[in-house]
Amino acid sequence: MIAVAWLVARKDLAIELRSRVLLWQVVPFGLLALLLAGLALGPSLAGHSSSAPGLFYLVTLFTALLMVARSQAVEHTPGTRASVATLGLDPAGVFLGKSFALMIELWVTGLVLLAGTVVLLHTSLVGTVHALPSVLLALGALACAGTLYGALTAGVDGPATLLPVLALPAFAPLLVAGERSFSAALHGGGLWEWWVIVTVTLVGYLAAGILLYGVLEES
Amino acid sequence: MKRLAPLLGPATVLSLAVTFVMGLWLTPPDVVQGQLVRLLYVHPALAWVALYVSFATTTIASALYLWPRTRTMTMDRVAYCAMEVSIVFIALTLITGSLWGRPAWGVWWAWDARLTATAIMLILELGYLALRRANDDAKVRARRSAVFGILIALNVPIIHFAVQWWKTLHQPATVLSNSGKVTVHGSMLWTLLLSFVAFTLLFFWLLRARYRLENQREHRRDAGLATVLEQRQREGL
Repeated sequence: MIAVAWLVARKDLAIELRSRVLLWQVVPFGLLALLLAGLALGPSLAGHSSSAPGLFYLVTLFTALLMVARSQAVEHTPGTRASVATLGLDPAGVFLGKSFALMIELWVTGLVLLAGTVVLLHTSLVGTVHALPSVLLALGALACAGTLYGALTAGVDGPATLLPVLALPAFAPLLVAGERSFSAALHGGGLWEWWVIVTVTLVGYLAAGILLYGVLEES
Repeated sequence: MKRLAPLLGPATVLSLAVTFVMGLWLTPPDVVQGQLVRLLYVHPALAWVALYVSFATTTIASALYLWPRTRTMTMDRVAYCAMEVSIVFIALTLITGSLWGRPAWGVWWAWDARLTATAIMLILELGYLALRRANDDAKVRARRSAVFGILIALNVPIIHFAVQWWKTLHQPATVLSNSGKVTVHGSMLWTLLLSFVAFTLLFFWLLRARYRLENQREHRRDAGLATVLEQRQREGL
């Protein structure tokens, strides 16, 4: 399973490195969304760091949707599914590999967006660094959930519209827990309960993905 | 079980009637909430069915569909019908909660953790229906719906514990509290418990009716297909 996961993750990351979609499309979209969110709030609210964690996670969710859709799109190019089926790859390994690759891509985007919140939304650098472990964990959970929802909507009528309808409500607990832990890191307050929610979500989606991804691949 | 099925309707009507008589006339008004407490015999029972009974039904039916030994289209239909009925109950939960919230909190909608989580659940359930409509192949549809039916259930504990984790406006559990201490007394408690039974029976009655309707629809579609195939064969001859 681990060998398959490594193979799939390397394949997805190699595609990303060659195509540079993350660099030229997703990251600029994320920064643009952060700017627009700031404009929508107005200068007085946008410059106040209390709104930064929420905006960061909201923008991250939207960029994650793009990346999830792309991660599944590469599996649906002509011949890919047939090749994977012929190779007889372990579906759990495929799920882990795709989740891992998506997590790396989300981490890269997340780091750029965190820098964006420091510059544009005036969050403290020290507080943002303190928030980093919880952000990385939340993005890991987001990657697992996204991979599963991406597979669920792949190949259906209108996947581009169905994916946000199914995935965004499911991402909501991560949005809340992530925002609260980021706020706690910036302004002080209890952190552990948010870590518990994010960790339980991560473990839940990991287990669900390992068990159920094969069923979705059959489809 | 088949013998008991015809009794489901009368039992539902009777238990609902007794609940309403007890809830509206026989139980006293609350010291703090006054007549507003009558919603206690509707709203929690609706939420109980929407979030626990119907989800348990959908999740179990979905899991049984995914398990190769118990994989039948019956399980898929049960999960789908339970989800459809659940949407009605969850919408009614939100509406009655809003009706209660207006006089109690002063607003129709509050950014309360349980309210928001329940609204998100309603959107997820609508997403389940959207997912079913987006797949033409019956087996693919059944597989994907079963997976999504199980994934949605991950949100149920979040809604249940939301009042403890976030400590917002919505009151904590009255009957299913962690301490096991029941904070409702006398006739109010019995009426509350009866409302849980009545609405649970209502759910299964509606589920049965919806399932039969779905079965008929499937049979009619199959019969229609058979007729079309027969016509084509005749034309070929």
